[in-house]
Amino acid sequence: MKKVEKHLFPKNVKEAVELLAEYKGEARIVSGATDLMLWIRDGKVSPSVLVDVSDLPEMRFVSVSDGKMSIGSAMTHAEIAAHPDVKRIFPALSDGCRSVGSPQIRNIATLAGNIVSAQPAADSVVPMTALGAQCELAGPDGTYMRPLCELSKKVGESYVDPTKEIITRIEIKIPSGKYGTAFKRIAPREAMALPVVNAAVMLEAEDDGTIKAARIVASPVAVVPFRAKNAEAHLIGKKASPKLFAEAAEAAGAEASPRDSLVRGSGEYRKVLVKDLVEQALIQAASLFA
Amino acid sequence: MQELKCVVNGKNVAIMIDPSHSLADVIRYDLGLTGTKKGCEEGECGACTVLVNGLPVDSCIVPAMKANGKNILTIEGLEQNGELDPIQEAFMEAGAIQCGFCTPGVVLSAKALLMREENPTKEDIRDELSGHFCRCTGYLQFYDAVKLASEKIKSRKNKEKK
Ligand SMILES: Cc1cc2nc3c(=O)[nH]c(=O)nc-3n(C[C@H](O)[C@H](O)[C@H](O)COP(=O)(O)OP(=O)(O)OC[C@H]3O[C@@H](n4cnc5c(N)ncnc54)[C@H](O)[C@@H]3O)c2cc1C
Repeated sequence: MKKVEKHLFPKNVKEAVELLAEYKGEARIVSGATDLMLWIRDGKVSPSVLVDVSDLPEMRFVSVSDGKMSIGSAMTHAEIAAHPDVKRIFPALSDGCRSVGSPQIRNIATLAGNIVSAQPAADSVVPMTALGAQCELAGPDGTYMRPLCELSKKVGESYVDPTKEIITRIEIKIPSGKYGTAFKRIAPREAMALPVVNAAVMLEAEDDGTIKAARIVASPVAVVPFRAKNAEAHLIGKKASPKLFAEAAEAAGAEASPRDSLVRGSGEYRKVLVKDLVEQALIQAASLFA
Repeated sequence: MQELKCVVNGKNVAIMIDPSHSLADVIRYDLGLTGTKKGCEEGECGACTVLVNGLPVDSCIVPAMKANGKNILTIEGLEQNGELDPIQEAFMEAGAIQCGFCTPGVVLSAKALLMREENPTKEDIRDELSGHFCRCTGYLQFYDAVKLASEKIKSRKNKEKK
């Protein structure tokens, strides 16, 4: 079996991209390694060179300006969970990050890794999807932006090729008017357990409380994070109310089709959880602008 | 083979290692510090916890080269001049040790918490220790031990001030 022969520390993103090109598919980006180390051990992937980007200053920051939040993709879940600006502006994201694994995992696992690992219920990807995040990628042809929701291909596989390109930054627009976000999760225990269902929402409203934009994401009920589009459509143009949220949650439960899973529970049970968690999330998000 | 340079328990280390190895393996087999235990080897049980720049991580799933340029603290680094760390004393006094396999990791997580927070709440303790499995003593004694350690650390500080 092939094994890792070199663990390299490029000085910046440019050098990291050049290293990937130089090793022609033999090198792979590593961040926290919380997923990658296990895959290498199981023989699922076998890079001979690791290109470590977890300490690059260009990928380690949170900034808020011009109506958007920009997050370096090598920020860890612990850092984002504790970040005062993230807590204040996008509580759905800090709560999602806070729910990952354990302190030991959160201290090292990064947002970029969560995106590229492409688990449908990835706990920071689900809220970032609800927030309409955009990702900046750097590759041999330069840098470009892609909506996060277009990066997941199927369970465990994203459209980002970590032997060629790097997610460097995540950008989220901060609504100028009233808005609220929330994240909900249910798991067998509070720590160190993958979610049975998680859900994240973002609502934007007129001054009188009329919903003008909504994003509702629930997972894992499909091979990629699932947008409950019927539920979203039901909210638009109507005044926020407990009744409205109950109806939208009903729609979300109806349009989700989770599989029966020995680990996560029956599809029928998880459909009900989607409805309940979406309802709780909508109420909580709306409470932030009521 | 690749050169790893770091500080382990306050001492500079420069050794040639196999970069495919985990930090836990390098700590145990290259450095001979067997206080760090390997349990599940999947980052689930916390037995292999060490502090990297003051933060607890599961060393069984950390590539060893990630320690390069960093400051590593293992259980062996806690005693000072032959005296146990107050956290170690507290774990013994509170009966928070039985077979001892999870203990080094739990003590290091407690160390990280108490370095950051002198008066942790029950929630803080619960949260910081949530990445550890203990299969014999139970978890309640951990709270008692961390509370006791926090008192010990504060009273030592007060004595030093006087
Ligand atoms: C015990 C345990 C518990 C866990 N619990 C949870 C949980 O509750 N919720 C959850 O969502 N996840 C959980 N995870 C999964 C994992 O921790 C996350 O997916 C994490 O975010 C991965 O990030 P990383 O930095 O460790 O990625 P790595 O392991 O370093 O990389 C993962 C993948 O992304 C690629 N990659 C990394 N960085 C980049 C980049 N900048 N650009 C392009 N490609 C990149 C790598 O090549 C690799 O393919 C858990 C894992 C473990 C071991």
